[in-house]
Amino acid sequence: MPRSLVPPEFLVHRDEGRCTKCKACIRQCGFGVHAEGPDDRISANDQRCVNCQRCVVMCPTGALKITANKEIGRENAYWSAERLREIWRQAESGGAILTSMGCDRNYPVYFDHLLLNASQVTNPSIDPLREPMEIRTFLGRKPEKLSIAGPPGEERLAGPLPPEVRLEMPVMFAAMSFGSISKNTVLALAKAAKRMGIMFNTGEGGMNPALGPFRDHMIVQVASGRFGVDSAYLEAGRIIEIKIGQGAKPGIGGHLPGEKVNAEIARTRGIPTGADAISPAPHHDIYSIEDLRQLIYTLKEATDYQKPVAVKIAAVHNVAAIASGIVRAGADIVVLDGLRGGTGAAPKMIRDHIGLPVELAIAVVDRRLREEGLREQVSLVAGGGIRSSADLLKVICLGADAAYLGTAALLALGCHLCQRCYTGKCSWGIATQDPSLTKRVDPEAGADRLVNLLTAWQHELKEFMGAMGINALESMRGNRLQLRGVGLPQNELDQLGVKQAGEAM
Amino acid sequence: MVCGVEEMAERRADDHQSYEGKIRIPSGCAVAGFINKTGERVNGRTIAEMMALMKERSNGLGAGYAAYGIYPDYRRAYAFHLILADHQTREEVEAILARNFRITEGHEIPVRRTGRNKKAPLLWRYFCDPLRLDRDSALDELLLATTMRINRLAPRASVMSCGQNLGVFKGVGDPEEIAEFYRIDQYHGYSWIGHGRFPTNTPGWWGGAHPFSLGEIAVVHNGELSSYGTNKSVLENFGYELSLRTDTEVMAYAIHHLRRQNMSWPMVAKVLAPPHWAELERMAEPERELAAALRRIYGGLLMNGPFSIIVAFQGGLMALNDRLKLRALVAGTSGTGLYLASEEAAIRQVCPRVEEVWPLPGGEALICCAEEESACHVA
Repeated sequence: MPRSLVPPEFLVHRDEGRCTKCKACIRQCGFGVHAEGPDDRISANDQRCVNCQRCVVMCPTGALKITANKEIGRENAYWSAERLREIWRQAESGGAILTSMGCDRNYPVYFDHLLLNASQVTNPSIDPLREPMEIRTFLGRKPEKLSIAGPPGEERLAGPLPPEVRLEMPVMFAAMSFGSISKNTVLALAKAAKRMGIMFNTGEGGMNPALGPFRDHMIVQVASGRFGVDSAYLEAGRIIEIKIGQGAKPGIGGHLPGEKVNAEIARTRGIPTGADAISPAPHHDIYSIEDLRQLIYTLKEATDYQKPVAVKIAAVHNVAAIASGIVRAGADIVVLDGLRGGTGAAPKMIRDHIGLPVELAIAVVDRRLREEGLREQVSLVAGGGIRSSADLLKVICLGADAAYLGTAALLALGCHLCQRCYTGKCSWGIATQDPSLTKRVDPEAGADRLVNLLTAWQHELKEFMGAMGINALESMRGNRLQLRGVGLPQNELDQLGVKQAGEAM
Repeated sequence: MVCGVEEMAERRADDHQSYEGKIRIPSGCAVAGFINKTGERVNGRTIAEMMALMKERSNGLGAGYAAYGIYPDYRRAYAFHLILADHQTREEVEAILARNFRITEGHEIPVRRTGRNKKAPLLWRYFCDPLRLDRDSALDELLLATTMRINRLAPRASVMSCGQNLGVFKGVGDPEEIAEFYRIDQYHGYSWIGHGRFPTNTPGWWGGAHPFSLGEIAVVHNGELSSYGTNKSVLENFGYELSLRTDTEVMAYAIHHLRRQNMSWPMVAKVLAPPHWAELERMAEPERELAAALRRIYGGLLMNGPFSIIVAFQGGLMALNDRLKLRALVAGTSGTGLYLASEEAAIRQVCPRVEEVWPLPGGEALICCAEEESACHVA
C-alpha cells in the first residue's frame, strides 16, 4: 500500500515523567490510538487520533496532551489545511468524505449578532426568585377561536380542544435514534425528559421496549425508512414527527451500515440483523405537498386524532413557502432544522454547504405564517445549533415556540465534538454500539447531568425574562422588539425582522 | 413681562410641535374614568377635573377623553372622529369611508384654537350608516377594515373613534388644555374616561394620544407593554395593522379581537391578565379547564409589563391591572356611581362623599355595567 500523504490531524504528547504505564489510555481510546510496544513503552498512533479527549480526561496522572497538527505544508488563507487534507484523502479513497455533528464552518452566526433588551425605570424588572416566572409552553394545533358555552359566570369549554403537549420549559431533545447513539444514551435522554417535563425523540430507529416508562415524554419519528413504524409505535408517543429532512444533510437520506445493525437494533428497527438500514432521500410516498397531507392524515387516522403531528424539515432557501404548505397540509407542529443541526453521519460537503441558519429560517417562516394568518394555528420548533439559554431565548423572540437540543445534550453527556460519530467508535460511549464503550454512559448519572444543564438554563431564562420585565414565556414568542442587531447589514436585519441596535422601541 | 412669558411659552410649544413624533421621553401616565349605573348623563367637566388634579403624572405630550352617550340624536350612527393633516387628506378619507358607509353628516369637530393648539391638525367628525350588512359580525369587520385603511395614511390621517354614541377627543397637550380645546364641557355622557400622557417608548403626537378606540371599545392605559412585539405579531394574523406607534394600540386591538369573538368581559380580562399556572392548577373544574384553554389559545395576547387600563364599552366600564399590580389604580363608589383613577385624590376631588375606596388587585378585573333598562343601552 502506498504511503498516505494525509498528515495526522492531531498529535498526541505523552509526558514520560508522569506516565505510570497504567494503560488506562489504551483501554479508554475507542480509536486504538494508544498501544503498548515490545519495550513496555506506550506509544500513540497520531494518525488515528480524533482529539476526543477521552484519554486526556481519564489519564490518572495528567500525562497526556493532544494538539492540532498545524504544520502540514504551505497552506494559506485560501487553501486551508482542511482543504488540503480533504483533497489528499479523496485522492487516496475516491469517496465522499464522511463527517458527523453540525456544520462547523465560519458562516455568520446570527445569534452572536443579536442582543436582548432589559427594563430600566419605565418598566420594573422582575426578580424571578421573588415573583412567579412562567416558562411553560404548549405544542399542538390551536383553534383560532375558543368556543365557550354557558351563561355569563358559568362559562365552560363548548367542546374538546385539539391534542396538546405541555412542556415545562421550551426545549426538547432532538431526534437521535437508537443506532446512531447507544441505548444508554437514549435512556439518559428519556429519563431527563421525564424529570424535566419535556420531550425526547426516538429518531427513526424505532422504539426500544426499555423506553416504555417514558412514553408520555416521547416523540416518535416517522422517517423515510419507516423503521419500526407500526400502530403500537405510533400509539406509544405523545407526538408523531414526520421527518422530511435534517439540517445537517438536507435532501440526503441516511445509511446505518449493516455492521452496526446488531440483534437489538435489528429488532427495534424491524429489519434483519446485519442488514444495511437505508433511509431513502425522499419518502417514496411523498413526492409533493398533497402526498404529505395524505401521510399526515393517515397518521392522524391511525391514532384517532389524539396526537399532534409534527413535520420536520431542513431549513432551505424556500423554507417559508414550504412551511406554509406544511401548515396547510394539516401539520400541527412545524420543525425547522437549521444549518448547524447535527447528525450521526453525513457527507461533509453536504453538511457544510447546504441550508439556512435556523435564526433566519425561524424569522422568515414566522413572518410568512403571520402574513397568511396561519401562525396562531400551529407551533414552530427550532433546531440546529442552540448552544445556550441566550440562543434559546433569541430564537423564541424570532418566532419559535420551543427549540430542539441535540448537540448540546450530547455535550452534557460527555461528547467532546470530535465529529466521528459515523465511525461507531465513540470513546465516550455515546455514538457507538460497542458494549465495552456504551457502558461508559450510565443512564442515571447521564440524566443527572442533562437535568443540571436544563435547570441551569431555566435559571438563566428566568433571569433574562425578569430583566425584561416579562413574566410569561408566551410574551416572548415572536417578540422581536426585545432584540436588536449589531454588525448586520440592513437586508439581514430585514430578513430577521429586527431593528439595528441603537434604534428605540 | 407677561407678554414675554407668553412668547416663551409659545416658542416652547412650537418646539414641542416640531419634535412631535421624533422624541421619546421616559415615565408614566394618569388615567381616570367614571360611570353612573343609572345611565344618567354627566357633563365632561367632571372627568377634566379628575385629570387636572393628576397633572403631575403627565408632561403635556398627550391627553384625551372618551365618552359614551354623547350623541343621543345620532345614537345609531357610527361616529367617525378623525385626525387629518389637511383637506386633501380629508377627501381621501371620505372616499375610503364612502366605500362601505353612507355619510349622513360631516363637519369639523368644534374646537377652540388658542395658544399652541392653533397648529392642531384638522379634526373632523362623520356620522355614518353602513351601506350593507350581510351578517352580525360583518359590522365589526367593516369598522376594522375601514379603520385600518384610514390609519394606513398615518400620520396624515388616523381614526380617533368610530363607535355608536361614542366619541374620542384627544391630542398633544395637557389634560386641561385638551379638555378646553375640544370644549368637552359641551358634551354629556353616561361614562367618561380620560388620560394624561407622559410618553415613554413612543412619540408624542396627536394620533398617539389616548384613548385608543376601535369599534365599541375605547381604552386608556398607564404602563408599558413589554409584550408589544408578541401582541403585535399575533394581531397581524387577524387583519390588524399597528400603525399608531403607541403600545396601547395593541391593547385596544386585542380587546376588539376578543370581543369580536363574542367573548364576555370577564373572559377578556382573563386573557389580558391570566391567572398564573400555579393558581390555575388550584381552580376547580370546569373553571380550570376553561382558564387553561384561554391561556393556551390566546397566550400571545397576554399583556406583559406594568399596566392599568380603563376600558369604556357600550353600557359599561372595565378596569384592570397587570398580574403583578405594577401600576396604581383606585376605585371608589358613591350611590350608583363608580369612579376610577390612578390616584385616590382624583376621585375625592369630584366625589367628596365617596362611600368606599379601594385599590384594584393585580389581574382582577372590575367590570361595571349600567342597568339593563337604563338609557345607555341602545334599543
